[in-house]
Amino acid sequence: MDEAGRFIEAFCLEAEDLLSGIEDAVLDIEENPGDQEPVNRLFRAMHTIKGSGAMFGFDAVSEFAHHVETVLDNVRNGTIPVTKTLIDLILASRDRITAMLAEANGDGPPVDTQEGEMIIADLTRLLSSGDVDSSAQENSKEVPEEISVPAAGELRNEVVYRIRFLPDSDILSTGMDPAVLLYDLADMGACSIVAQTEKIPDLENLSPESCYFSWDIILTTTKSVNTVRDVFIFVEDSSEIVIETVEEKVIAPQEVSAPRLGDILVERGDIDRKTLDDEFDTHKKIGERLVESGALTKEKLRSALTEQTVVTKMHKSSAASTVRVPSDRLDKLINLVGELVISQARLTQVASSRDDAELGESVEDIERLTGELRDSVLNIRMMPIGTIFNKFRRLVRDLSSQLNKDVELVTKGAETELDKTVLERLDEPLVHLIRNGLDHGVEPLEVRMQKGKPPRGTIVLSASHKGTNVVITIQDDGAGLDARAIRQKAVERGVIKESEELSDKQIFSLIFAPGFSTADEVTNVSGRGVGMDVVKGAIKFLRGRIDIDSVYGEGTKITLILPLTLAIINGLLVRIDTSFFVLPLMSVEECVEIRSKEIEKINGRNILNVRGDIVPYIRLRDHFHMAERRPETEHVVITDVNNSRIGFVVDHVIGGHQTVIKPLGPAFKNIKNVSGATILGDGTVALILDTNVLLETA
Amino acid sequence: MTKVIMTVDDSTSIRQMVSFTLNQVGYEVLEAVDGQDAVDKLAGIDIDMMLTDLNMPNKNGLELIEWVRSIPKFRFVPIIMLTTESETEMKQKGKAAGATGWIVKPFKPEQLLAIVKKVLR
Repeated sequence: MDEAGRFIEAFCLEAEDLLSGIEDAVLDIEENPGDQEPVNRLFRAMHTIKGSGAMFGFDAVSEFAHHVETVLDNVRNGTIPVTKTLIDLILASRDRITAMLAEANGDGPPVDTQEGEMIIADLTRLLSSGDVDSSAQENSKEVPEEISVPAAGELRNEVVYRIRFLPDSDILSTGMDPAVLLYDLADMGACSIVAQTEKIPDLENLSPESCYFSWDIILTTTKSVNTVRDVFIFVEDSSEIVIETVEEKVIAPQEVSAPRLGDILVERGDIDRKTLDDEFDTHKKIGERLVESGALTKEKLRSALTEQTVVTKMHKSSAASTVRVPSDRLDKLINLVGELVISQARLTQVASSRDDAELGESVEDIERLTGELRDSVLNIRMMPIGTIFNKFRRLVRDLSSQLNKDVELVTKGAETELDKTVLERLDEPLVHLIRNGLDHGVEPLEVRMQKGKPPRGTIVLSASHKGTNVVITIQDDGAGLDARAIRQKAVERGVIKESEELSDKQIFSLIFAPGFSTADEVTNVSGRGVGMDVVKGAIKFLRGRIDIDSVYGEGTKITLILPLTLAIINGLLVRIDTSFFVLPLMSVEECVEIRSKEIEKINGRNILNVRGDIVPYIRLRDHFHMAERRPETEHVVITDVNNSRIGFVVDHVIGGHQTVIKPLGPAFKNIKNVSGATILGDGTVALILDTNVLLETA
Repeated sequence: MTKVIMTVDDSTSIRQMVSFTLNQVGYEVLEAVDGQDAVDKLAGIDIDMMLTDLNMPNKNGLELIEWVRSIPKFRFVPIIMLTTESETEMKQKGKAAGATGWIVKPFKPEQLLAIVKKVLR
């Protein structure tokens, strides 16, 4: 018997029980007319027959039971008195339901429909005589609400919706996690979510069980507005939900100009037209002006900007055409823009030293244009990482059949864009990492079965943006790294000393040492110990970072953190004496101060106590043999280099700096601890330090 | 980890259908025949979600929801009530008692799964 049949059988048995229960209850009522309990029992029995009947396809039974239930509800409320007519009717109904069920199961004669109608008519008469509010009946017959799995709400074209979701602050106590709703939306199509944080109170007034967030969501989907609204069905009474259609993609695209930010903001009701017009008289970007003048919060602006981007993209994609350009022309363009950024910084500095309003204004314009130019030029070279992902799918397929393993490659974030030059150099290290995961990570079929893992192994390759970096992870569900075996091997090879105390992470990073492999046999695919150091070299060249996480027996996750582009990095500008240096901001964790007194206390050893953690430091002043004029208070930039925390002591931390990288000339090719240089606004050269090399040579 | 869902209903056939549907997609299902039974069974265990009928003997659905919400460890557990279309008023009462959402009887297995997925990720 199939499942549906089993349920039907279960229902019929249950109904039989309920029906005999009805008989008992009716007799009890006759004996004790004042007793509420049997009435309740009666009501529940009818209710269950109605609800379950409909579930398992006994629609006629369910409909009939509904009429009886309505009458019983009124009996329960006391609006219909218990009379002989009522009891007769209920007993007649009971017999009728029994007969209907018997007929449906094919072991009874067909029921007389007229008889049924008569009973219903009698029941209805009871209702009207019982002075029942007729609207209550109306109410009870209201059309069933369609919720969940709504009828195909698909549209032919993509639509951009603007959704504003302000949940009730008590939403969590209804058991609803607002994040789940956001996930539901994200499942429908391309979705940008901007959290509005303005309502979050100070810490002392913050209740951890309340939700202070609201969200602005821009959703591009083919689903209808009702389908989108259905996501919020459980919360629509208590939350404020606004869903508006922003753009509908038409089949024949016409020339539409991108919507202007100001218009979007007015349409959303975030600002009024007058505020907008007032601000338009100035020359800065309208959004920034509004934020500065306090008319708009940063989050509101960000959310409107997201909408602008999505809509503009849609316009673009409807009329997408491409031009092929040789990449050296692009490189030249990027170089020129780099120069322009430097010259412009200089111009700004000169202008600020002169008290000339006219000059200042036009310089501000140039600053804005240069910024936009830089962003769009860098954007030209951006390519989605998905272009190389596809290649890996083939690689995994071929390798797994070669190694006789069943492995699936799952890719996420294929649309993540990064600079073409970065992308090209990423190819090789990723191939190495995936091969390694396949060969050493994922276990052979028999071993997997023994461990109770699914026979098919998975390697997840995902990419995402994080600030100005791209994060790529390669994760397998294989054997994981054995820290003890690696340690032993490293000691054998003399990479570390027997006595060295290392954390698991530090041990894992040993696999990047040249010639290091714990594989006992060399296979065709990997195990010769080349590979991981190649990966490290390539990532270092890209100014990136590698992290390894592994749980022995459960799998390994390798994370690559890379800058978006090679031409411009985010740096931390610092000063020692009169010289400027740039440290890559990617590896910077925090900055602290030290006074010369404190140094004396620890006997001049190069060790710092940061909130209980011992952090060794390198004094760059000594390292570069600069003059011995140490200031009273020095600053320590604490960085994460190869998974260990190390501080670099400088005189002064100036701040974040968009660093346009210039290579050093061939004359300086032997200088290893400086990876390039940049020119500051006033024409001064600042050297970009390579923290890895600094640590090794210190 | 396997998510645990409790289904509370005095109708055996509904409980069976709910259990079967949810078991098939990998949830663990605990059954309770009414509100009081649910209260007894919840002592000392954790659940990730609850599906409850409203009309039940001993302790009805509303009382059960109120009780569940009063227990600290269940304060944020999603609770879905099973209602019939005629119970608009009940829906309001249920929400007031702390239910997360509802599903209208009759429902198909796919509809049940869609609702579960809606509150439990």
